[in-house]
Amino acid sequence: MKESNKVILKGEEIRQLISQIAEKIISRYGKDADRLSLVGIRTGGVYLMERIHKILKKKLKTDIPKGIVDITLYRDDIDSSLSKPEVGETELLFDVNDKYIILIDDVLFTGRTIRAAIDVIIDFGRPKKIEVAVLVDRGHREIPVYAEFVGYRIETRENDRVNVVFTEEGKRKEDAVILEKGEKKL
Amino acid sequence: MTIPRIIKKGEFAHKDLVSMEQLTEKEIYLILDKARMFKEISLRNIKKVPALKGKTVVNLFFEPSTRTRTSFEIAAKRLSADIVNITSSASAVVKGETLLDTAQTLMAMKPDFMIIRHSFSGSALYLSKIVSASVLNAGDGLHEHPTQALLDMYTMKEYKNRLEGLKVAIVGDIAHSRVARSNIIGLNKVKADVMLVGPKTLIPTGIEKMNVKVSHDLKEAVSWADVVMMLRIQLERLTEGLFPTIREYSMLYGLNKEILKNLRKDAIIMHPGPINRNVEISPDVVNDKRCVILNQVENGVAVRMAVLFLLRGAEKVSIEQ
Repeated sequence: MKESNKVILKGEEIRQLISQIAEKIISRYGKDADRLSLVGIRTGGVYLMERIHKILKKKLKTDIPKGIVDITLYRDDIDSSLSKPEVGETELLFDVNDKYIILIDDVLFTGRTIRAAIDVIIDFGRPKKIEVAVLVDRGHREIPVYAEFVGYRIETRENDRVNVVFTEEGKRKEDAVILEKGEKKL
Repeated sequence: MTIPRIIKKGEFAHKDLVSMEQLTEKEIYLILDKARMFKEISLRNIKKVPALKGKTVVNLFFEPSTRTRTSFEIAAKRLSADIVNITSSASAVVKGETLLDTAQTLMAMKPDFMIIRHSFSGSALYLSKIVSASVLNAGDGLHEHPTQALLDMYTMKEYKNRLEGLKVAIVGDIAHSRVARSNIIGLNKVKADVMLVGPKTLIPTGIEKMNVKVSHDLKEAVSWADVVMMLRIQLERLTEGLFPTIREYSMLYGLNKEILKNLRKDAIIMHPGPINRNVEISPDVVNDKRCVILNQVENGVAVRMAVLFLLRGAEKVSIEQ
C-alpha cells in the first residue's frame, strides 16, 4: 500500500456500521417487510447489499427480494469511459412495482451512479419509493442525490479516492475503507 | 479529398466490423460475452437502454433482407439510437448514383453508424474506407456476413457451453455462402472443428486449405456433429446447372426425419434463414426439439447490440492530405 493511503475503517468497525444501517432499515420498514426489497449497484454495492440482506433475513425472519443493477449502459460519461466498459448483467427478477426499494452502494460521491441506477430501476416499473443506503458518504455531490441510510461520513478532497474492500473480493483478509490522497491542487 | 483518420481506443479497437477475418479470438469472445449481457434487455418490460442515445444509424440495404435488417434496427433502437432505413429500390441508386456518391451524401448528414448489405464482395470494406462512420457489414456478396457468424457462434456456445473442439457440420451451398465463409473463419479462430457437406459442385476445390474437413455424405456428417448448420439452397443456382433437380438435392442433402435418426440427442440444428421447407430442411425437422432456428434470431438482436455498443465512441481526427 502506498504511503499516502490510509485505512480509515476496518473489520469490526465496518461490521458495526453495516448492522446499524440494517437496524435503521428495519425500524423504518420492518412493518412493511413484504413490500421491501434491496438492490445493490454492481460491483461494490452488491457485497454490501448481500451483507444487509443477511442481517434482515435473520432479524425479520423473511427472505426479502434482492436484485442487482449494472449501470454501464446508463452512464452519462459512456463515450469517455472506453477504458472500462465492463457491462454486467442487471438482475431484477422481482416485480419492482409498488415496492420500497433500498438502493445500495459502497461509496456515495458525485451522485451520478445513483442517478443512473434509479433510471435502470424505473425501466423495470414504478416502485412506491426508492431510498439510498451507502457505507461511506464522501461528499462532493454533482447531482441532487441524498442518502437516507449512511454508515460513515468523511470529508475528502475531490480528487481523493475512497475504496471499500470487502473480504468477499478475496483481496484482503479484513474489510477495509481506504482513503487514497489525491495530488494537492496548485 | 480529406479522408478522416479514425482513432478508436479501448478493448475493442476497431472502427468497423467488416469481417470475421479482422477479429482475434479474444475479440470474438469479448463480443459473445457482452451479448450475454444485452440479451437480458430484450426480456425486460421496457426494452431500451440509453447507451447509444443521440447516435444515428443508417441501414443501407442494396439487397433484400427481412431478418438482418429488422434485427439491426431493433438492436439499434433498444440502445436508444435513431435509425434510418434505406433500401436500394427506393433510393437514388436506381437513378444510377454510385456507392461513393451515396455514401458521401449520407455522411453529410452525420450518421455515426452505417450498416451495409450489398451484392458486391468487398463493398463493406470499401465503404469503411471512405466514411468516418462505423461500418457494419450485413453481408457483402460472396465475401462475409460477420454478425451472422457471431450470432451462430453465440447460439452454439449457449447450447453447448463451449466452442473449442466443437464439431460443426455446415451443409449445402458452401460456394455461394457468405454465412458459411464467416462461420468457417470464426470457428477456426476459436478452434472448433468444421466439416463442409454438399455436392462437389457446391464446394469450392481446395477449400481444405481453410482448415476444414469435406464430406459428401450427409448421414456420416450428421452422426459426427455437435452442430448441424443447414444453408439455404438458392433456387436461382439451379439455372447454373450446379445440381440436376431440387428433388435430387433434397434426397441427398436435405435434412429429414430419416437422417435425423443419426443425430445425437444433445446436438443442435441451425439455419441462418430464410428456410426452404422440403428443400434443405423438412417441416418435421424444423419442429424438432434440437432445432434452434428461432433462438438464433433472438440471439441476433443481442449480438448486434453488443457489436454496436463495442464500436461506439470512435474519435474522428481529420488529417489534411
